[in-house]
Amino acid sequence: MSHANEHQAADHAPANPAVKTLPGKALNQAHDPWPLWEVFVRHRQGLEHKHCGSLHAADAQQALNMARDVYTRRQEGVSIWIVPSHAITASTAEHSDAFFDPMADKIYRHPSFYRLPEAVDHM
Amino acid sequence: MYTQAIDIDPQLVVQQAAKQHVGNLHAPQEALLARFDQRIANDEKIEAQDWMPSAYRKTLLRQISQHAHSEVVGMLPEGNWITRAPSLRRKAILLAKVQDEAGHGLYLYSAAETLGSSRADMLDALLEGRAKYSSIFNYPTLSWADVGCIGWLVDGAAIMNQVPLCRCSYGPYARAMIRICKEESFHQRQGFELMLALCQGTEAQQQMAQEAFNRWWWPVLMMFGPPDADSVHSAQTMQWGIKRISNDDLRQQFLDATVPQAQLLGLVVPDPALRFDEASGHWQSGPIHWEEFWRVVQGDGPCNRERLNTRRMAHEQGAWVREAAQAYANKKAKQPVQALG
Repeated sequence: MSHANEHQAADHAPANPAVKTLPGKALNQAHDPWPLWEVFVRHRQGLEHKHCGSLHAADAQQALNMARDVYTRRQEGVSIWIVPSHAITASTAEHSDAFFDPMADKIYRHPSFYRLPEAVDHM
Repeated sequence: MYTQAIDIDPQLVVQQAAKQHVGNLHAPQEALLARFDQRIANDEKIEAQDWMPSAYRKTLLRQISQHAHSEVVGMLPEGNWITRAPSLRRKAILLAKVQDEAGHGLYLYSAAETLGSSRADMLDALLEGRAKYSSIFNYPTLSWADVGCIGWLVDGAAIMNQVPLCRCSYGPYARAMIRICKEESFHQRQGFELMLALCQGTEAQQQMAQEAFNRWWWPVLMMFGPPDADSVHSAQTMQWGIKRISNDDLRQQFLDATVPQAQLLGLVVPDPALRFDEASGHWQSGPIHWEEFWRVVQGDGPCNRERLNTRRMAHEQGAWVREAAQAYANKKAKQPVQALG
């Protein structure tokens, strides 16, 4: 599958030695040996891949096949990316205020900050 | 839809763990709760990594996992008819529908997993009989018309229940429901079309349709759950924005939508007390026998045991497939990586 080759890296991503779980949550790895994968689908040529869900699969190829069966049964996609869930690093919700705060007072990044004469205001 | 296994900054985990040991848990806990309540009041979504009260988490986990189990067990009554569908067209439709239900189960297990329970644990709970699923699937599909009734009535009732869930306060659940509702509408339409074909058919086919309708009518009305006055969890789940419309209101919506559909099919609603109330503009049903509902919920329905046994058998007989896939993945992982291009 050409899609698979395009994103071969996911197949061989080094296994995360310690799959971290969020505080207070247990992941029963012993019971469910199939790791979790995140699925990204490109809906049409020219659009970006968008996250659309996750699934368990033994390996990336099986995850691709399952993602095809689950998320594109009605021609919703022309390309699929599969990413091991543990490979995603996320910002934390608890600290999001502080994390994103420095952007609030930088209003000069927006075009509306600049007052121009009416004759050129369409700029 | 999102995962609990995503990597978060390990330093933050250490900091948070340290904070919890310092004591004075109450002040930050109260602040978190206030913020959660404010979000709910503002109709903002709660996401997987956001702080949430443990009761909210527990309630959602129970509801979403039960919902997932219902999708999975829901495949069984219809699956019985795949080999006996009366035409290739009907067989293809039924296969597609049952496949959709499997997908819906997967979306919902994924949503439930974001709350910190593993899919394997949830499946264990189902197979060991510790978890509940919708009682409606403990009724049998005796004739082909029952397959039509499931699509038209059971899926129709499910859609009515699920549309408001698309606005549920928990983001992953709401997103799963949006996807499910999009796929579900064909389920109801194919069921009605199936019933229409029977009702326009021979006398025997019409009779088959009426008998199936008689069997499903009352259990379907019970699908919306006990009356509001007796509904234990309703007030809290409505306050949390998990549930948006009460059991009785949903049941009324269903009644008003479905009675005219039955009339169009030429079917008689098996309720002698059913009447149209001119003043309110609503259909009113006779009393619902809730003893039957509770009996089936407690495990004493026509097919409770059969459904679970079938599910267990499928799980056990499918073990070799899961093992083979794992063995193949292990073998491939050991092979040297081929140089690209």
